[in-house]
Amino acid sequence: MSIKIGKKTYAERIQAGIDNAFMRQAVSSAQGRFRSGRLKAAEDLGDWEEWRTRGEEIRSHTMENLDYYLHQLSEQVEKRGGTVYFAKTAEEANQYVQKIAREKEAKKVVKSKSMVTEEIGLNEALEESGCEVVESDLGEWILQLDEDPPSHIVTPALHKNKEQIRETFAEKKGYTGSDQPEALAAFAREQLRQDFLSADIGVTGCNFAVAESGAVTLVTNEGNARMVTSLPDTHISVMGMERIVPTWEELEVVVSLLTRAAVGQKLTSYITALTGTRLESEVDGPEDFHLVIVDNGRSKILGTEFQSALHCIRCAACINACPVYRHVGGHSYGSIYPGPIGAVLTPLLDGYEDHKDLPYASTLCAACTEACPVKIPLHEHLIRHREIIVERENMGSKAEGVMMKGYAKWASTSAAYKLSTKMAHTALKPWTEDDYISNGPGPLKGWTDSRDFPAPARQSFRSWYKQREKRRNDG
Amino acid sequence: MRVSLFITCLCDTLTPDVGKDTVQLLERFGCEVDFPQGQTCCGQPAYNSGYVKESKQAMKQMIRAFEDSEYVVGPSGSCVHMLKEYPKVLHDEPEWKERAEALVHKTYELSQFLVDVLDVKDVGSTFQGKATYHPSCHMTRLLGVKDAPRILLENVKGLEIIDLPLKEDCCGFGGTFAVKNAAVSEQMVHEKAEHISETKAEYLIGGDMGCLMNMGGRLRRNDEDVKVLHIAQVLNSQ
Ligand code: SF4
Repeated sequence: MSIKIGKKTYAERIQAGIDNAFMRQAVSSAQGRFRSGRLKAAEDLGDWEEWRTRGEEIRSHTMENLDYYLHQLSEQVEKRGGTVYFAKTAEEANQYVQKIAREKEAKKVVKSKSMVTEEIGLNEALEESGCEVVESDLGEWILQLDEDPPSHIVTPALHKNKEQIRETFAEKKGYTGSDQPEALAAFAREQLRQDFLSADIGVTGCNFAVAESGAVTLVTNEGNARMVTSLPDTHISVMGMERIVPTWEELEVVVSLLTRAAVGQKLTSYITALTGTRLESEVDGPEDFHLVIVDNGRSKILGTEFQSALHCIRCAACINACPVYRHVGGHSYGSIYPGPIGAVLTPLLDGYEDHKDLPYASTLCAACTEACPVKIPLHEHLIRHREIIVERENMGSKAEGVMMKGYAKWASTSAAYKLSTKMAHTALKPWTEDDYISNGPGPLKGWTDSRDFPAPARQSFRSWYKQREKRRNDG
Repeated sequence: MRVSLFITCLCDTLTPDVGKDTVQLLERFGCEVDFPQGQTCCGQPAYNSGYVKESKQAMKQMIRAFEDSEYVVGPSGSCVHMLKEYPKVLHDEPEWKERAEALVHKTYELSQFLVDVLDVKDVGSTFQGKATYHPSCHMTRLLGVKDAPRILLENVKGLEIIDLPLKEDCCGFGGTFAVKNAAVSEQMVHEKAEHISETKAEYLIGGDMGCLMNMGGRLRRNDEDVKVLHIAQVLNSQ
């Protein structure tokens, strides 16, 4: 996989999303659960706004000093027996992991959930070089069996209901049990156990790396990441270059924000911090540890007005709060990063050409900005993207460009504006019935296809006001 | 106190009654209301679509129109918020930025002005009926006006307010979004209309004409018998 998923156009994807009643039901009920969980967790904490401010400060300080902390991190990792590799591009990252796999003569790679490996398409790269890749996160495993891309950054199989999951298991793995979540999870666990034991390499993402100690931390609920990192002899952790905190102290803050904002939990079931290779006195852990730090377009964002997009801690609160996402689902975004953060991040990492519709997939209601635990002004970034699409990339539609030029004239010339308020009623009269328009002309059509439009009043406010003034002055 | 009415282009053209009620309401509390005829549209349709250059022309027109005003009050959280963004948008034109800042300091949304500036909590109006209230996104999240409309409505005699399920969700208007992403907008406004119907309210009240027009248009299309009212109309009802 890469950032972009599928070949359908934006309009096709959106329609497919809207038509998928199963998915919408699943997404809407999950959103409801996540949202109330987040609000409750925030309330329990008491001073949520102060926590958000602290989170923002930490992320912004870290990004301002990213080179320093990356340097410190790599020194610490190497001091503890690990190897650090900076990958400028997705290809470089994949080639490095392929090289290790070759050196180890690896046949099987077991993975825990990681968005950045989806972003760079690591699975495909490893498969090309002859490795079997097994996803061990339940959601990822389901998607792998189904060859389906993730639709959410925290719960990747959010778009599927348990009945569909049962079917996938039955079809692909001969499962005969019920669609009870516990039964499904038990089946997956049993199937995956063998893979854990026989894998040569374990690959994980990294929620946050701690610069002062060289630790890689993983925040999970299933515990699979512990198996991935302790059973195989080699552990490779792949991280986006911005996923870093200075010390344990900051880690505590961002993890608290992450788990609360993501699922409304005080903490997840497992928070694992891994520091270097197995020491002689230790009984488990990898003999060999590699940290692959991926740039893949991130450093280009540093120092721009979009820098705060790199503050993201991938909690998905913005996705769970987004009413557009609720109705169209994650696949409609055509990116492995969906929802508001996806609409901000995808064009930055993968260019406008394929993703120019994403910044418009928002009403700018700012529910995302309000939900974000590190205060990223997501809706403002969307507006800025739109400006770039129109003014720099020249990708706006011709018709819209002409209309907006007309708008500017109209709104900056009070005589033209006044005239239009006078004329509007008469101009739209042919389409008006009972003071409403149900089948409007031109751009109004998009509106009236699904709702009525109030006909302009016979007398505008300004002309009423003028008359009133006149009456007063005369009287 | 001298108050200039910022009517908004939607109210000016589509719902002048909202403007009339706003004027009367402000006059009831001793404001001397004027209406600068140079005002047009706040620039939001262009700004939010990425046509920043074009939006600036509208913004400058508005700055000029209200230059002599003591206070500027508008019956829309969204349009008032747009005005508040002017200094940011005009940041690289120092002279305009300064004039924009002067405008920002004297501009208020109607309910915010009544509660925060005039210190009115009960406007003394009477309105019989069951209503539900939609708190618009820009009014609450961007302008930060959350309590003022609720306080004012709670004190209207005869009015029963029924809580709207998932009230903080956007109605799907989003300006040009409603046309550009019409299919998604339809799903959003449909869900909103369903929640409104669930309340069994006779009236839907809101503080932003754009959202009201969107929800009202859908309710009408669904043959729902819910009447749509701007908060100014309720507060000016005797
Ligand atoms: S943008 Fe904010 S809310 Fe969205 S995933 Fe990132 S941190 Fe979470």
